[in-house]
Amino acid sequence: MATTEETRARAVRPNLTWVGTRPVRPDGVDKVTGRAKFGADLQLPGMLVGRMLRSPYPHARIRSIDTSKAEGLKGVKAAVTRDDFEDLPSEFVPAGEMLVNYRDMVRNVMAREKALYEGHAVAAVAATSAAVARQALSLIEVDYEPLPHVIDVLEAMEPDAPLLHEDLVTAGVEPPPEAPSNIAKRLSFTLGDSEAGLEEADLVVEREFTTRPVHQAYIEPHACVANVSEDDYAELWCTTQGHYVVRAFCAKLLGLDISKLRVTASEIGGGFGGKTVVYLEPVALALARKARRPVKMVMSREEVFLASGPAPGTHVWVKMGATRDGRITAAEAVLKYQAGAFQGSPITPGAMCAFAPYALENVKVTGYDVVTNRPKVASYRAPGGPMSEYAVECVVDEIAKTLAIDPVELRLKNAAREGTRTVYGPKFGPIGLIETLEQAEHHDHYRAPLAPNQGRGVACGFWFNIGGESCASLHVNDDGTVTLTVGTPDIGGSRASLCLMAAEELGIDFEKVQPIVADTSSLGFTFLTAGSRSTFASGLAVIEATRDAVRQLCRRAAQIWELPEESVRWQDGCARSEESEDAPEPLSLAELATVAGKTGGPIVGHAQLNAQGVAPSFGTHIVDVEVDRETGLVTVVRYTAIQDAGKAIHPSYVEGQYQGGAVQGIGWALNEEYIYGEDGRVENPSFLDYRIPVASDVPMIETVLVEVPNPRHPYGVRGVGETPIIPPLAAIANAVESALGIRFSELPMSPPRVLAAIHEGAGTA
Amino acid sequence: MRYEVPESLEEAVALLSRAGSGACVLAGGTDLLVQLRSEAIAPDLIVDIKAIAEVRQIVFTGGCFRIGAAVSGAELGEHPTLRKAWPGVVEATELIGSTQIQGRATLGGNLCNASPAADSAVALVAAGAVASVVGPDGHREVPAEDVGVGPGQTSLEKGEIVVSLTLPARPRYSGDAYLRFTPRTEMDIAVVGAGVNVTLDEAGRCAEARVALGAVAERILLAREAADALVGTSLDAAALERLSATASAACRPIDDKRGTRAFRLSVAGVLARRAAKTALERARGPR
Amino acid sequence: MTRLHVSATINGDPVEFLCEPEQTLLDVLRDELQLTGSKEGCSSGDCGACSVTLDKRLVCACLVLGAEVEGHSVETIEGMAKGNKLHPLQQRFLEHAALQCGVCTPGFLVAARALLETNPDPTERDVRYWLAGNLCRCTGYDKIVRAVLEAASDIRAR
Repeated sequence: MATTEETRARAVRPNLTWVGTRPVRPDGVDKVTGRAKFGADLQLPGMLVGRMLRSPYPHARIRSIDTSKAEGLKGVKAAVTRDDFEDLPSEFVPAGEMLVNYRDMVRNVMAREKALYEGHAVAAVAATSAAVARQALSLIEVDYEPLPHVIDVLEAMEPDAPLLHEDLVTAGVEPPPEAPSNIAKRLSFTLGDSEAGLEEADLVVEREFTTRPVHQAYIEPHACVANVSEDDYAELWCTTQGHYVVRAFCAKLLGLDISKLRVTASEIGGGFGGKTVVYLEPVALALARKARRPVKMVMSREEVFLASGPAPGTHVWVKMGATRDGRITAAEAVLKYQAGAFQGSPITPGAMCAFAPYALENVKVTGYDVVTNRPKVASYRAPGGPMSEYAVECVVDEIAKTLAIDPVELRLKNAAREGTRTVYGPKFGPIGLIETLEQAEHHDHYRAPLAPNQGRGVACGFWFNIGGESCASLHVNDDGTVTLTVGTPDIGGSRASLCLMAAEELGIDFEKVQPIVADTSSLGFTFLTAGSRSTFASGLAVIEATRDAVRQLCRRAAQIWELPEESVRWQDGCARSEESEDAPEPLSLAELATVAGKTGGPIVGHAQLNAQGVAPSFGTHIVDVEVDRETGLVTVVRYTAIQDAGKAIHPSYVEGQYQGGAVQGIGWALNEEYIYGEDGRVENPSFLDYRIPVASDVPMIETVLVEVPNPRHPYGVRGVGETPIIPPLAAIANAVESALGIRFSELPMSPPRVLAAIHEGAGTA
Repeated sequence: MRYEVPESLEEAVALLSRAGSGACVLAGGTDLLVQLRSEAIAPDLIVDIKAIAEVRQIVFTGGCFRIGAAVSGAELGEHPTLRKAWPGVVEATELIGSTQIQGRATLGGNLCNASPAADSAVALVAAGAVASVVGPDGHREVPAEDVGVGPGQTSLEKGEIVVSLTLPARPRYSGDAYLRFTPRTEMDIAVVGAGVNVTLDEAGRCAEARVALGAVAERILLAREAADALVGTSLDAAALERLSATASAACRPIDDKRGTRAFRLSVAGVLARRAAKTALERARGPR
Repeated sequence: MTRLHVSATINGDPVEFLCEPEQTLLDVLRDELQLTGSKEGCSSGDCGACSVTLDKRLVCACLVLGAEVEGHSVETIEGMAKGNKLHPLQQRFLEHAALQCGVCTPGFLVAARALLETNPDPTERDVRYWLAGNLCRCTGYDKIVRAVLEAASDIRAR
């Protein structure tokens, strides 16, 4: 069994009662009994079934759409097409770590001039049954003019590539190009002088890497229920990482007042970044508005793969130089990322992350955002990071092996630390990369013997994490219990960590705090559950709201005791007076709550903030693989994930993030990929042929929680959710290299690719 | 769509004959329901054969196992003696899908779905199984390798049903094995499958052999040259290498989403060799 | 369209329902009987989120026609806890944080219970292979496997 070490590098607050413990999550029983209501679990009286008609072509002009026959079918209550959505101007707004453009969003939700990928929504119907809806879709006549398509990122950048958008001119290039292209944006980050740095190097390694598009593959498909009354008051229930963002997008796309759209987040069955945008929701609202009846829409698994946000396929070029003694003198990278049908690949975070684990003086990173005939990419856990860091971590491994320096040693020699300047501007505050490397170096996994055909690899990962807007309300009930209202959907145990912080602050039992994720009309705007921000940013709001309530509790006690407010403090769940001799008996939260009606009315703490002081999280992973040289099968036989949590509020869920991220990374490294036919259509849109790891594919994932506190959070929290998906890609590639002596530069390292490389290496291919 | 549950073969055959091409047989449903849901098929009639006694039984008679076409993988695996006689057939069946799929998927269904990658069908071909078929024109016996003739295509006539599969009587010193390659350990379709069935003589030399290969052609291949490479040998290293080479040579695979032609050619030989080693060990019996 | 009348036992209770011949058991459970604990993740038997038992045999409800359960007995996640007592598997899943988003959890629990009824003392390998038909994208399976092994030990100790 794995060991879990909890390393406390620097204690932030001693004597914590709740923070750092592992209670059962408040929503746990609902989730093990089948009670919890997910996106597709809501049924309303009179509810209609909504279904989408999707383009069979990867690229086609839409000459006309005729829904009249479908609308004439008995049981069909509404049909919508592009004509039901007003065109919107180009305008960028943030979504997670990315920016979205409403002109593009309205086209992605419903194809306009052209269908830009297989599965692009073209029309939708609402009908009294699924069977009628299906029949109605078959009656919609769409006149397509098929156009040449382009899927691969390098091919899309060719001057003669089929053009997706006739008006797309590359941004970030001076002077701006005259001709349109598929290159939406070029960006670069520079630090020092990389050319001079390379001159200094004794060893220069230059390599190119390719990664295939992958999907977040959450188990719950997108689903929603929309209802719009005759006075255009709209209600939406949906599975999302951020219902406030859904509200903003839908209000804009449908021309609704934000105050007249109430969005309730269902329980969410996985998102990993893929549920930060809208697909069905505006369409369901449009259908419901036409039909004046509730409309439910649920994607099939095939639709999820074809039409919801995958991560980009990428091409990455890396060049790094080092001195003989292992000091990295310069690093350069060029990143080319698929955006899918509309601009907005995670090229910026990709560029920010690439070399972040290293203290470098000379860096140059250039990125290209390239549109292709694929679904518009959505965030996927550390969006953009895994691909660029994979390439860099493979090159770092090659440098270490070429120079005969232990790969962990080489990383320690060059590791980013407090004060290291990042290529994107700021200097790092206290960070835990070195601590994770030291833990790796001393972990028994790193020294354990390997069997024949086995190899070991290590790699680091970095994610910057985000803050953002959060609100929280804390209602003190008159029996001494507390209701905590937050705005971030709970995707993996955040209710538990938020309640732990509230219980800690209040000094009351965790069981007395009951959380609820509010709908958009019940609490102020709260940004997405994304960017590893919920425990950090909603956590800060919860702490502030709790402290607000504590101030009120102290004031009530002062009033009862007829003492000055300043003389009352809150400790161990009670108001206490500083007065020495005849100090009154402390008053507990329950006692103060019971009399709240007589001391001024309800006690409610509230906070609204834009969380500042976010801190990045670094990780180091160790993996052992075994390779079957006759079939090319790579099996992960041992895995250790070490990462800096800052402070693990609920260590079990922190470990869970490390483990889940590692296994997603294993899938990305070994088997997951979109497979396109010559016709530009996806050949594997199913869980059978899009191969995410199953339980028997992976070993236990050992975890080590390093805690280097974030000084700008009361408990030291950093985000932890995203970093764990980054190291596996390179760690596994490096392990395969150790086993076979063959360095792979293409993911996934699927058996046919590995076997072909083995044969080539043996001269028998 | 109509749903019928006949209780006799005659009734089932009559229903299917009357309905023509718009009728489908439902056994375990693990392929049929997927096709229904994806609208790949839209039958007028579904004939659920699971209420017919003959298709639900495993009978040992005259030294032969007769396995009903609608016996599920899980039931097959739980049979007290079948696994001892035909471990390769049982293991191949158990490789189909998950535990959940095992609760439903059947030998008859796997054979009649006519996928060239069907795990149990490859093992049945290696075993020399014979399908018992009834139809409007009565009863006939069809060798397992002649049931599937192309992806999704069988040699069955309109109204015909596979009732059972009969495994031949087992001489002493016999053993079979089936191996497949999949990128995942489970929940995957064979990229290559190889079934080997051998019988040794008293001297330990291979007296009879059958080699079947899956997912390397438009249908399951009975690789006679590969089997010939074993007969008369003691299954020594040289014979196994010949098996490997002849098995690869028998394949006519394609590149597809699940694997490349080159990969299949190479791995078919590897799996045939590995399966032959296991079959040999089983034929020799416990030492 | 003619709807079929079906009588079955669901979680120990006699139940009658009407269904279309095309409707799967999962459609019936979720849409006709409001038993939405069984989840629809793929509709092709590839994710296990709709795992139920049919006459004690573990199956995917998406691969069974509603009409097929006539006269048979179905157990779903909703029947797992007895009164206010959680099944040891449910309890251990909670204690081990063996769920993050929780959408695959009902399927895992039903499948794990079927395992422990067949094999009360499984190895880690047994658990992993038995549960290979249940996809989880959040946990990496580690905590799920540990929870099942510990629940098995709890049940053996009873």
